[in-house]
Amino acid sequence: MNNKRSYKELERGTVLPPATSLEYKTGGWKVSKPVFDPGKCTHCMICVVFCPDMAIPVSEREEGVHGKDGRIFKGLVRLETNFDYCKGCGICAVECPTGAIKMVREGV
Amino acid sequence: MGTLKPITGAQAAAEAMRQINPDVVVAYPITPQTPIVEQFASFVADGIVDTETIPVESEHSALSATVGASAAGARAMCATSSQGLALMWEIVAAVPGLRLPIVMPLVNRALSAPINIHCDHSDVMGTLTIGWIQIFCENAQEVYEHMLLALRLAEDEKVLLPVMVNQDGFITSHAVEPVKIYDDEIVKKFIGERKLNRYLLDVDHPFTIGPLALPDYYFEIKKQQEDAINAAMSVYLEVGSELSKITGNNYPYFEEYKTSDAEAVIIALNSSAGTIKDVVDEMRDEGKKVGAIKPILFRPFPYAEIREALRNIPAIGVFDRSIAFGAYAPLYSEIRNALYDLQNRPKIQSYIYGLGGRDIFKSEIRSCFNELLCGKVDPNIQRYIGLRG
Repeated sequence: MNNKRSYKELERGTVLPPATSLEYKTGGWKVSKPVFDPGKCTHCMICVVFCPDMAIPVSEREEGVHGKDGRIFKGLVRLETNFDYCKGCGICAVECPTGAIKMVREGV
Repeated sequence: MGTLKPITGAQAAAEAMRQINPDVVVAYPITPQTPIVEQFASFVADGIVDTETIPVESEHSALSATVGASAAGARAMCATSSQGLALMWEIVAAVPGLRLPIVMPLVNRALSAPINIHCDHSDVMGTLTIGWIQIFCENAQEVYEHMLLALRLAEDEKVLLPVMVNQDGFITSHAVEPVKIYDDEIVKKFIGERKLNRYLLDVDHPFTIGPLALPDYYFEIKKQQEDAINAAMSVYLEVGSELSKITGNNYPYFEEYKTSDAEAVIIALNSSAGTIKDVVDEMRDEGKKVGAIKPILFRPFPYAEIREALRNIPAIGVFDRSIAFGAYAPLYSEIRNALYDLQNRPKIQSYIYGLGGRDIFKSEIRSCFNELLCGKVDPNIQRYIGLRG
């Protein structure tokens, strides 16, 4: 909250520059955040598909990444959640078949 | 300086609008407001004003179009009554948050159900918490002058809020009175042009108006709005003192009538205050020390000033032309609140009168004064004037 402007600094009548929705980070809505443990992930992509906000980025990795039980997973892998847009709904944590995602209360 | 015209309160509002010469007027006819737009439409048809009027299918659209025009930078006005106000409610609530200086005459009429076209204040009293500045007028002359004051108040840089200018349905809106209309040139100079630092159709400097503001900003925006309506207290007096140079009249927060030595005072809004002052004169002739107070600026409410005015009055009667169902009546509630800070509080009595246009008679007002003078006051009960018991 500290970087947000006080009522003394805001434009009156909520007159804003155009297209500011591009700067709006809906991730601010969340109460809990998903904490991802790469050591348990099989990069099955279930969390990526279920995420309603497309907040789990993916990438092609020829060299592979370390995952569950120290194995190397090559090709399409998931990366850390994008917290600018993750609203903390927890669907990824529920759907993850290996328990690699835990929801943690923010600010606690 | 000025001409006396025999006109109604509705026409007095229209006369003020003629001199204001707004860019846009959008209003939907509703009894008893209709003669305001009717008269103004004839000014438009006769080419007396430069205003664009927009025909719409409802009050919701009327105020929406007014908001659009005002947001675009036009000086835009609307007018309504009762059910019309109820239908435009969604937009009524949005205008102060958008900080649009729209002046809207409101001709007070009872709210349905049961359906009724006559005067009471149940329409305006529902709007008190949403941020419009509220001005009440006793007669057609006050309607005319308060419309001019309201425009300058609304558009003041420190305020930028909408104003409703209230008059009693039929009693004021349809009764012909002599109204002094001040010279166009002088009034137009007082009114001036709307000052803007932005234009909606300026493609080089685009902006957004009316965006989403969620828990992270809504609160701050509402605090700004609260500061603005509080700033209206002093701006009202500043604009009023400027207007009084033209009219010779004063524009206080409320009118105090023979209260300095009064033992009983009745407080009432709008036209009834005139009848009460008449009773005060009659009873003063009989040696009874009575007086009257007529609130004019009702939002923001001048708590401190009312408190000082009532400090030494032994008994106060507050007349409300509406019921706040399940709560103290709106005007009574404010007066009672204002007195809380006094160590020795006056006795205070709530009276409800005139709902749905029921007449109030001088004999009834006299009876209330007599009750107050002999201390028959109970702050915990409401009394009803003219109700079949």
